Amino acid sequence: MSEQPVAARPMRRRVITEDVHEGPVRAHAYVCEAASCMSAQAHDIMLRIGESAADAGLTDVVVKRVGCLGLCAAGPLVEIPETGQLFERLTPDDAATVVAALKAVRPTDERQPQGPFFEKQLRVATENMGRIDPESLEDYVERGGYEALRKVLADMTSSEVRDEITRSGLRGRGGAGFPTGLKWTTVAKAEGKQKYVICNADEGDPGAFMDRSVLESDPYRILEGMAIAAFAVHATEGYIYCRAEYPLAVARLRTAIRNAQRAGFLGAGIAETSFHFDVQIRLGAGAFVCGEETALIASVEGKRGTPRPRPPYPAVEGLFDCPTLINNVETFANVPTIVRKGAQWYADIGVGKSKGTKVFALAGRIVNTGLVEVPMGMTLREIVYDIGGGIIDGRPFKAVQTGGPSGGCIPAEHLDTPVSYESLIELGSFMGSGGMIVMDDTSCMVDVAKYFMDFCRDESCGKCVPCRVGTTQLWMLLDLITRGRATMADLAQLERLAGIVRRMSLCGLGQGAPNPIFSTLRYFRDEYLAHIVDRVCPAGVCTLEQPVEVMA
Amino acid sequence: MPALYTKPSPPTDDRRWKIVETRMRRMGDRPAALIEALHAAQEAFGYLDEGALHFVGDTLGVPHSRVYGVATFYSFFTLKPQGEHTCVVCTGTACYINGSKEILAGLERDLGVKPKQTTADGKVSLLTARCLGACSLAPAAIIDGDVKGKVSAGDLVAQLEAM
Repeated sequence: MSEQPVAARPMRRRVITEDVHEGPVRAHAYVCEAASCMSAQAHDIMLRIGESAADAGLTDVVVKRVGCLGLCAAGPLVEIPETGQLFERLTPDDAATVVAALKAVRPTDERQPQGPFFEKQLRVATENMGRIDPESLEDYVERGGYEALRKVLADMTSSEVRDEITRSGLRGRGGAGFPTGLKWTTVAKAEGKQKYVICNADEGDPGAFMDRSVLESDPYRILEGMAIAAFAVHATEGYIYCRAEYPLAVARLRTAIRNAQRAGFLGAGIAETSFHFDVQIRLGAGAFVCGEETALIASVEGKRGTPRPRPPYPAVEGLFDCPTLINNVETFANVPTIVRKGAQWYADIGVGKSKGTKVFALAGRIVNTGLVEVPMGMTLREIVYDIGGGIIDGRPFKAVQTGGPSGGCIPAEHLDTPVSYESLIELGSFMGSGGMIVMDDTSCMVDVAKYFMDFCRDESCGKCVPCRVGTTQLWMLLDLITRGRATMADLAQLERLAGIVRRMSLCGLGQGAPNPIFSTLRYFRDEYLAHIVDRVCPAGVCTLEQPVEVMA
Repeated sequence: MPALYTKPSPPTDDRRWKIVETRMRRMGDRPAALIEALHAAQEAFGYLDEGALHFVGDTLGVPHSRVYGVATFYSFFTLKPQGEHTCVVCTGTACYINGSKEILAGLERDLGVKPKQTTADGKVSLLTARCLGACSLAPAAIIDGDVKGKVSAGDLVAQLEAM
């Protein structure tokens, strides 16, 4: 299997791993082994670089796998951290090029800037991404891992930990932006002997892959964040609810849990204290609605993932009816750094009520697809053009879609908006988990709205009528429009029904489902009218039936 | 006299049932293990047949109706045997705006099946996924577990035919 640690191959030991390396190391080759690069032979590339380096007689270089380097569009990627050189779109035959560069590294070399994609980012939740071997506990500890948990257990009370998180201003990174400190306090104060911590890794938004990259690149950070949270809310058991579609993330989590247990960072008596906390993985099974917290809890309990009305909130009555803390992967990923560097440090980053940084997954018609982390308050233009490198083939920008199926499309005139929870809601969109899909003039906005409605009607769990029936009806109306068979009365009906579904649905899936319609109607109403009145699709995506001339 | 509880036995003497039994036992044979047990059974056998659903339900003390409800609620579970090879086309947003609709249409035409169906010769099952999280490779597909990036319908059909 490609997941075998390379150290197990004795022929290549000498040059590949640090633990068996003797003597000083002059240069490293970091090979990105996250899902995207892995699917493009990254592992073979790593082996070939190792072989070529050995053949060239290099004994003072180390070739190692690391997590996601971020610039997925140019993968497979290899970086020489000493010089900052980045090799893009490699094939196994390019190994010699990398080895030649490794040979040329001098101890006096300084790391060169890597261009705006990297230099404009600020890494907190992703600070170890592309820096450490994801499965190596030693690597994680070397970069300051578990310092925060040790500090919490040695010097802090659970209420001090909660205060620290509250003062940092951290808010839920899963989308809604609920203040994390407040949630922790509610769980801590809830009555109940048994409490649980759940990490929501059911990243269902199409176009979002932040959680996947964090899990694949830095799994120990999630375990540490969960352990700190468990200490703060007096929980002893944790679950990570991860999508089954992310096999690599699950495999790395399993390894991380095993290693952390062996090293005494999970289980009984963590870091030689009386605190105990253990984590289990539960696999999702392909239901988008399970990202909603009450549905997720039902799924962990082995049931159909249908949501229930809140209150009672999971913080009071959650998993197996016990108080339960549910946070997203990225929220937990921020926790160790906040504890290590202090709440004030974190609160100084960001803008207004949106503190800290946010990880975004850039995708769609953008040059630098990949994963970025930026301070809150950066403008969409900086993200799309400076970091993202603009639109593929220099085509005109049309919209950026944020927030997944509950989000909206933001047009060019609002590109200078600083990104925060509040500003995106004002624009009729939504932070969501952080997927940003860039669209150019080849996308029809009515068709995009129909695409998301198709998603929602398929993923509706069927428990409440407004969502189950409403999303299907909305899709049928959108379908009429894209086929050129709609009238203005249908458009009025669409708007009315969208409002009903938003107000009457039980959970976030139904309440958010009409958002793509509202936002496209707000900014691209002319496209709807072109379909209905003129029977044309301005983007040339939809095939419309032309009106038949009626003989008088 | 109270009825004696007898542990249900697997539907066949296939050794793979051991894996499923172990996974359930590790979770205390409790109803909460249902989804994990179905994952184990599907990993072992490729799909969930009636025997598997009954066995899992009986072991965990979950009514058959609820087992069936859970197995059909989650799209990851399949109650039909899969073809020799599977081709999963991603229909996530990034793939959609990069043309996954055309790719799927091309595959449907060339393979002569709709999504969730298997070709008549049992060679290929065509499936779709909501999002593979491989958005940087859009449009993406998975053939037998290997993620393929920036694909076209022609490439995929050629690769499937070569297998």
